[in-house]
Amino acid sequence: MTLDELRVGQQARIVEVQGSDGIAIRLMEMGLTDGEEISLIGFAPLGDPIEFEIRGYRLSLRKTEAMRVTIDCAGT
Amino acid sequence: MNKPVPPVVPAASHHAGADTNVQKERTVAVIGNPNTGKSTLFTALTGVHSRIGNYPGVTVEKKLGWFHHEGRQIRLVDLPGTYSLSPRTIDEMVSVDVLLGRQREVGSIDAVVCIADASNLERNLYLVSQVLDLGLPTVLVLNMWDVAQSREIKIDIVELSRRLGIPVVACEAHRRKQLDDVRSAIVQVSQIPRAPTPDLFPSVFREESTRLRAEIVQLGHPELPGYLVERLLLDVGGQLEIELTKQHPDGLSTRLTEARERLNSAGCRIPSIEAKVRYGWVRQLLSGVMTTPRVRPVTWTDTLDRWLTHKVWGLVVFSVIMFLVFQCISTIAEPLMKVFETGQKEVGQAVGSLLPFGPLRSLLVDGVIAGVGGILVFLPQICFLFLFIALLEDCGYMARAAFLMDKLMTKVGLSGKSFVPLMSSFACAIPGIMATRTIESRRDRMVTILIAPLMSCSARAPVYWLMVAAFFPPISWAGGWLTLHGLMLFIMTFFGAFVAVPLAWLFKKTLFKGETPPFVMELPLYKWPSPRIVLHRVYDRASSFVVRAGTLILATSILIWFASYFPGSHATEERIQTKIQQAETLFAPQLKQQAELTRQREEQAEAAEQVAKIDEQLKELDVQLTPLTFLLDERNKISEKLLTGSYLGQLGQLIEPAVKPLGWDWRIGVGVIASFPAREVIVATLGTIYSLGGDVDEHSSGLQSALRSATWPDGRPVYSIPVAMSIMVFFALCAQCASTLMVIRRETNHWGWAAFTFTYMTALAYVGAWLAFQITSLIVG
Repeated sequence: MTLDELRVGQQARIVEVQGSDGIAIRLMEMGLTDGEEISLIGFAPLGDPIEFEIRGYRLSLRKTEAMRVTIDCAGT
Repeated sequence: MNKPVPPVVPAASHHAGADTNVQKERTVAVIGNPNTGKSTLFTALTGVHSRIGNYPGVTVEKKLGWFHHEGRQIRLVDLPGTYSLSPRTIDEMVSVDVLLGRQREVGSIDAVVCIADASNLERNLYLVSQVLDLGLPTVLVLNMWDVAQSREIKIDIVELSRRLGIPVVACEAHRRKQLDDVRSAIVQVSQIPRAPTPDLFPSVFREESTRLRAEIVQLGHPELPGYLVERLLLDVGGQLEIELTKQHPDGLSTRLTEARERLNSAGCRIPSIEAKVRYGWVRQLLSGVMTTPRVRPVTWTDTLDRWLTHKVWGLVVFSVIMFLVFQCISTIAEPLMKVFETGQKEVGQAVGSLLPFGPLRSLLVDGVIAGVGGILVFLPQICFLFLFIALLEDCGYMARAAFLMDKLMTKVGLSGKSFVPLMSSFACAIPGIMATRTIESRRDRMVTILIAPLMSCSARAPVYWLMVAAFFPPISWAGGWLTLHGLMLFIMTFFGAFVAVPLAWLFKKTLFKGETPPFVMELPLYKWPSPRIVLHRVYDRASSFVVRAGTLILATSILIWFASYFPGSHATEERIQTKIQQAETLFAPQLKQQAELTRQREEQAEAAEQVAKIDEQLKELDVQLTPLTFLLDERNKISEKLLTGSYLGQLGQLIEPAVKPLGWDWRIGVGVIASFPAREVIVATLGTIYSLGGDVDEHSSGLQSALRSATWPDGRPVYSIPVAMSIMVFFALCAQCASTLMVIRRETNHWGWAAFTFTYMTALAYVGAWLAFQITSLIVG
């Protein structure tokens, strides 16, 4: 599954960021690397973007960006 | 850790040989992630000794500062906040060029200060790892030490410094704590070279990088620094790749693709390898050095954030904040603007009374003082808007505003970060355009700058008031709650924003094509804004407006004055003017009584009996004042004739065929031309043109009736609802504001964009006014 499918408060482990373009690079630079834990804090009032917590800080991603991050929900 | 701030840890022993260069100024670059307090530290270190400029060809601000410490002079270069040193745009390339000493205007760099958020060290160290690869002497400053402590994050600075091989200093820049430690570390580190850091990348990457470096030289390109070759390999579609493949269309891109393919098949995947090795290094570096509580304590910022980004309350609070900001601007800034206006008038009168009538007096009063006033009048709005923007930015709410509004703004192809600048432009486009500096994506920022002047600023209101009051019938519905006048004013206020939507979309599709920039944004912790930082920022913006935009606005005002004053002879006008002055002194008691009665009449508008009585007294006074009225009429007629014969008037008549399709006569044409430096001038110019003198305002019933009775040579009235609509639409869409154009030039660092804005808005205004005239004529006529 991908990062946009998480529910509020749910935690998951990142498997991979898809693609090799500028957006993928930016996501990885912000610390979304494989094996890292990430949790969904909440949605903006209009449903997009989404607030996450990773590596101890808060990050806002649009749904289209979150969709590019494959995650694994099991074991967390 | 009980001590509030641990001491500096020197990493390398002090070399005696370093003292040979005592007198030489050292250049030190300051770099860090956004929201780490980098600007705060820069300001705290350099104080007033700083200078702001632009790098050629880009929109990046060049900020230099100086400080003197332990007998050494240090020059600081503030680089824009960034999460990484992998340049994807021309603007991001600037930082890399500066650090590598390739930026000619800055010269070579002796050391780097890397500032990191101590409460968010893991991600901040990613940039540090890239900076260390440059091989320059480096100091790591851990800012926001107090925040890290409140979150129970413990960092062993001594061990961190030992592992990194560079000095590490803890600091609280916003409280100005440990600043001298930072200064000492900078001075110390800038005197000696640093030992190279271990290579993080696998050996296969190093081999490819060496090979590519040689291949680039073979293509006839000067040898690139090792760091840039690595960037070229890693940044797929980055700025370097774009630049170099453009310079060497033959061969470079195939060689690059081949190199990346070889790396991929060797298990070194591009581009993910970089994040993998760097974050792996960070993890190793921090293990045993930093401990974070297993369960993060719930802080007040978490609670606050739950409310401020709540589905309902988030939007409610946002609307209330925006409303309050604008309410404050209209209740505080607008009266202040009035003060400036009155001040300008009084200074004008004072100067006028000292000088005899003539060109010099007219130049000073109507050209220079009016021009300076035109600049100063914007100051209260700029200061107040920036005060609010700086407050919201510094406390961390601005990122939430962008978070809340992003979905809405994506509909026009922009991001949430464009919302506040555009909203601010409803008060005045100047601070709005200056506020776009928070937008990282160059394309989004440019589109926002280009459409910001379409938002209805407060200078447009007088035109709307005048036209609506003079030409629209006072119809009201719903028991007086809804009036046609109110409705028209509402429509005109949002008309520009409405037109801006398709334009933003069009600009995104044509001028600024490309993939949608990612909206990957950090939501920083909330904190109390620091008054010093906020005030410094307000001062910065206000002074840069006055100094840089001011001079040109003044020049434009003088130019318009020249065109409206020459070539006619003003001798007769001046003679009558002297007589008027004498008459005014003579009739001073009557004039005073007249003013008093007019005021009373307005107050007692309800009581018909009283009004009739006052009217009678006024009539009597009018009779007594006949000689003065006669002189005034005479003066106005001559002024009108002079304006008609002036260069400006001639120009107006010359362009009459061009404005006729809009329903305008040459007088409106002149008014519009004269108001290109500042649109609010139109009301006063119309006053002059219709022989009322320049001292009218939009509520002047004299001007309203003069407009209503103006006729074409064949006797048809000039003004009608279609003409009023055409004028209003023209003013809504036209770039009649020299200050805005100057600010666009300044912010985009290019005259071309100011010229483009002027051209597109003027063309849009012309077409819009024509359509408005034709359509309204069909409906009304």
